Amino acid sequence: MPEQRVVLKNCGIIDPGQIATYLAADGFKALKKARDVGQEQVIQTIKDSGLRGRGGAGFPCGVKWEMAKDAPGDNKYVICNADEGEVGTFKDRHILSNDPFSLIEGMAIACYAIGARKGYIYLRAEYHYLYDRLLESINQVCEAGFLDGLNIDVYEGAGAYVCGEESALMDSIEGKRGEVRYRPPFPPTKGLWGKPTIINNVETLMNIPWIILHGAEWFCEIGTERSKGTKVFSVSGDVTKPGVYEMVLGSQLRELVEGLAGARAVKAIQVGGATGRIVPHDMMDTPLTFETLLGAGAITVFDETRDIVDIVRQTLEFLAEESCGKCSPCREGTEVMVGILGRFTRGEGSAHDIAAMERLSQAMMLSALCGLGQAAPNPVLDSLQYFRGEYDSRVKG
Amino acid sequence: MNNHPQQPSNRSEDRQNLLLLLKDAQRRSGYLSDQLMRELAESVGVTCSEIYGVGTFYSFLSTRPQGRNIIRACKSLPCCLKDSHLVISSIEGAIGIRAGEITPDGRFSFELVNCIGACDSAPAILVNNDLYTELTPRKISQILKEYD
Repeated sequence: MPEQRVVLKNCGIIDPGQIATYLAADGFKALKKARDVGQEQVIQTIKDSGLRGRGGAGFPCGVKWEMAKDAPGDNKYVICNADEGEVGTFKDRHILSNDPFSLIEGMAIACYAIGARKGYIYLRAEYHYLYDRLLESINQVCEAGFLDGLNIDVYEGAGAYVCGEESALMDSIEGKRGEVRYRPPFPPTKGLWGKPTIINNVETLMNIPWIILHGAEWFCEIGTERSKGTKVFSVSGDVTKPGVYEMVLGSQLRELVEGLAGARAVKAIQVGGATGRIVPHDMMDTPLTFETLLGAGAITVFDETRDIVDIVRQTLEFLAEESCGKCSPCREGTEVMVGILGRFTRGEGSAHDIAAMERLSQAMMLSALCGLGQAAPNPVLDSLQYFRGEYDSRVKG
Repeated sequence: MNNHPQQPSNRSEDRQNLLLLLKDAQRRSGYLSDQLMRELAESVGVTCSEIYGVGTFYSFLSTRPQGRNIIRACKSLPCCLKDSHLVISSIEGAIGIRAGEITPDGRFSFELVNCIGACDSAPAILVNNDLYTELTPRKISQILKEYD
């Protein structure tokens, strides 16, 4: 069975406005257990579980937590990244709307594990309609006495894709332009206001309570050797059943796209949004894991009627607009690619243009400051590899 | 919950938080005028360029006057695949302006924005903070009626 509910177990089951319904579903038992077993054991359990970050980078969660716990300093922070701005992603909106309590419990456990007294949920401005409900959920948890002096706040962004990148996100909480920072130092040693900080995706934190409650061994049995657990996917585009699906890691892309979402006559799939990979239809048997394809789980499906070059042009236009502008490989590179791709969509491309995009891609992957700039050439390179004919047919003369 | 993040609190870090200060100023004045940003820079003790840098970085902050209601139509791929261009032209027809403009009576401004995270029920728009999904051109005028 490829579908399994770990992260979404309470969605549609509990009433997100009533903490009592969450308590009836074993809510906050994990937090109590965490406090009983102690910080060291909590971190060991998360390390043993093999849980990796769900925001796209896939960094081992327990390792991050241990670094923050061991970092010197009294003021430490836990940030939940709820700034999902990747094109085609909406899973966190679904989670926040349906089960805010599991997230808050996960954050409370994270705060306890690293010794933080303050947590932030960084919510994208486009999701303002969730703001009051999130505050109300935190209030209910606070009034029920679970926070034990811990302060969890919602900090709202102001519309910037790049703030989903962890260092830009921290600058945004500090009130600055959301520009990417040079690293090292990394957040677990020097993060928000220069203090030890962990930043985890909404979905990563959703996994925490059940791992603590059921143990690392239980979690390890789900998924593959290097990709443990499940992944929540946002599926949209040319499908009959768009929506949020949770699958065991290692499931085939085909099971998700055709089996669950009902896609037919697929031409290509963009996995991981604008900075993700473009997969041709004959590679749909690829398993979804950190080692193959994943990103933050955005799945946009294109049927046979779609123009791949135009899809790539729109994708690069998005990235050019949302580049923070700090490093020139990304700021200039994305603009140049938009120009070249525009020529192809008008049927005015040249063989020289293709070579230029390939050279530029190498330079960006090598020298851009953050993951966004480094991954921006992905759609260009993938489409050149799998759909070269669509470019060649638009070379002028 | 004592530190409402939308309002700069008395914490030292929040008094210097330019993003919170600018959001607050925009809420009071409608947009971030040059004069407002100059005054803010002086009161906080930072340069004008620093304030301007933050004020122009975020798409929900505006250095130009805005309508009383802001329509944000998603222009990203998943909405495009569901014919968002028809919705966009329907909005332009209903209020008589193009994206990037304000209606002469100040009732609406209209913007095209990147993914608003409603791709499962595309095409989608935000009017102020309200989300409308699975739109067709025919639904637009009915929706906009609700906003004065």
